[in-house]
Amino acid sequence: MATLHTRSAARLMIAPSVLLLLAWMIVPLAMTIYFSFLRYNLLMPGMEEFAGFSNYSYFLTDPAFFQAIFNTLAIVLGVLFITVVGGIALALLLDQPMFGQGIVRILVIAPFLIMPTVAALVWKNMFMNPVNGLFAWVAKLFGLQPFDFLANAPLMSVILIVAWQWLPFATLILLTALQSLDEEQKEAAQMDGAGAWSRFIYLVLPHLSRAITVVILIQTIFLLSVFAEILVTTNGGPGTQSTNLTFLVYAQALLQFDVGGASAGGIIAVILANIVAFFLMRMIGKTLEA
Amino acid sequence: MARNVSTQRKIVVTVVAWTIGILIFFPILWTFLTSFKTEAEAIASPPSLFFFDWTTENYHEVQSRSNYFLHFMNSVVVSFGSTLIGLIIAIPSAWAMAFSPTKRTKDVLMWMLSTKMMPSVGVLVPMYLLFRNTGLLDTRTGLVIVLTLINLPIIIWMLYTYFKEIPGEILEAARMDGASLTKEIIYVLTPMAIPGIASTLLLNIILAWNEAFWTLNLSAAKAAPLTAFIASYSSPEGLFYAKLSAASTMAIAPILILGWFSQKQLVRGLTFGAVK
Repeated sequence: MATLHTRSAARLMIAPSVLLLLAWMIVPLAMTIYFSFLRYNLLMPGMEEFAGFSNYSYFLTDPAFFQAIFNTLAIVLGVLFITVVGGIALALLLDQPMFGQGIVRILVIAPFLIMPTVAALVWKNMFMNPVNGLFAWVAKLFGLQPFDFLANAPLMSVILIVAWQWLPFATLILLTALQSLDEEQKEAAQMDGAGAWSRFIYLVLPHLSRAITVVILIQTIFLLSVFAEILVTTNGGPGTQSTNLTFLVYAQALLQFDVGGASAGGIIAVILANIVAFFLMRMIGKTLEA
Repeated sequence: MARNVSTQRKIVVTVVAWTIGILIFFPILWTFLTSFKTEAEAIASPPSLFFFDWTTENYHEVQSRSNYFLHFMNSVVVSFGSTLIGLIIAIPSAWAMAFSPTKRTKDVLMWMLSTKMMPSVGVLVPMYLLFRNTGLLDTRTGLVIVLTLINLPIIIWMLYTYFKEIPGEILEAARMDGASLTKEIIYVLTPMAIPGIASTLLLNIILAWNEAFWTLNLSAAKAAPLTAFIASYSSPEGLFYAKLSAASTMAIAPILILGWFSQKQLVRGLTFGAVK
């Protein structure tokens, strides 16, 4: 009887969050799917009509779409590469005995706590600006021509800025995982004559594999939706050179007012994210059992 | 001899680590320093690191030109509001799932997490239209609603992983000693749950403060939090580096401080308990 009572109480306690998330998941998504089959532009209200798959075919044949897919992948893979490799190196470094470890840790974590618009604007103006930026000054110091990062290498610049923000995340998680590595195991390996390199390959890396997977999956989810950094630095340009899928849908919706087209793009983005999410959920699901 | 080598090694490691740490931190330090320069000094060549006439003029100017305080308060209201409402909704759920789990608890948790995987841009269009039609566009209320919803899964998950660590035997022991349900909650559970709730609160304020998709798309002049306000510096007029730096410093300082205090919780919250 008592258990029955607690059980219904438990249901009642869970209900609000389930209902809210259910509504949040179903209502807007259903609307997006519905809109994606309409010819619907905010500048022409009252002209909505069923459009079949034409929004999808418009989107899928738009050259900007392929550029956006390429850019999205480039941002995800570029940032992942920099942050995972850099993160492993930094985590190994910070795990060594040193003076003032706590302070160095704080310095390294800081970029992750900076809001994306601040990070992007500081990099854009105070570092990458070809006239007044610090990089230009350094270039001139060596007698080189200042490089206009955002005009000549917009995608790479965005990747650099985003990587700066996410390096701390990877470092922090890998460092946490590293610190749970058994000290005795390391010593045993050392006694058995394993060099630093083989200890890293056969002991440390396998121990980190789980944390690396988590870093890759979680970052991918966020990196697929990079937005603010592009909006305030390049605005997707020049042309569509730094437009990713998120930015393309945003531009279609709020700059072109094309509700139907933007919705079709949104659905494509959802499908892509779901593929990644599938793997992430399986990873996290396993930890629930442990 | 061995000891000597290890001290030497420690010094080398220290120098390398500090150099890299300072390099990574440098953009933030540079922003902080520039915020105390005049506009002319901010773009001076060669740039000066510490030796310039320190001035707080930029801070005054940012406030008087653009009502900085309004946007700051928007950030405070939106991040604290959404976090607190999220906690009120999430605490009972996480509690129930941690202490009276059923066969389906795991599925419910996984499903909640899956809502977080949906890219925001997938629902940008309907949210924008819903907000426009209900008058929620550019209001603090609207932003609080959206940020509560997007962070709710993280709040529930974090709380769940913390509550899970409270041993159930303690509850039984209290019950055996004749504690009533109210007493049980006040004297036994609350003290054990508070650290977890506090960490969750901290992490979510950080996430909400820095959220820059919905705040940029659903707010304009009135309800814009600092994320959106700072974005207005992307197309400025005249010299603005020092003013941008002052506005940025004020926007990031509170969160930097909060974040430094909650490093450990960051890992746990951001990996949904997968890495502790």
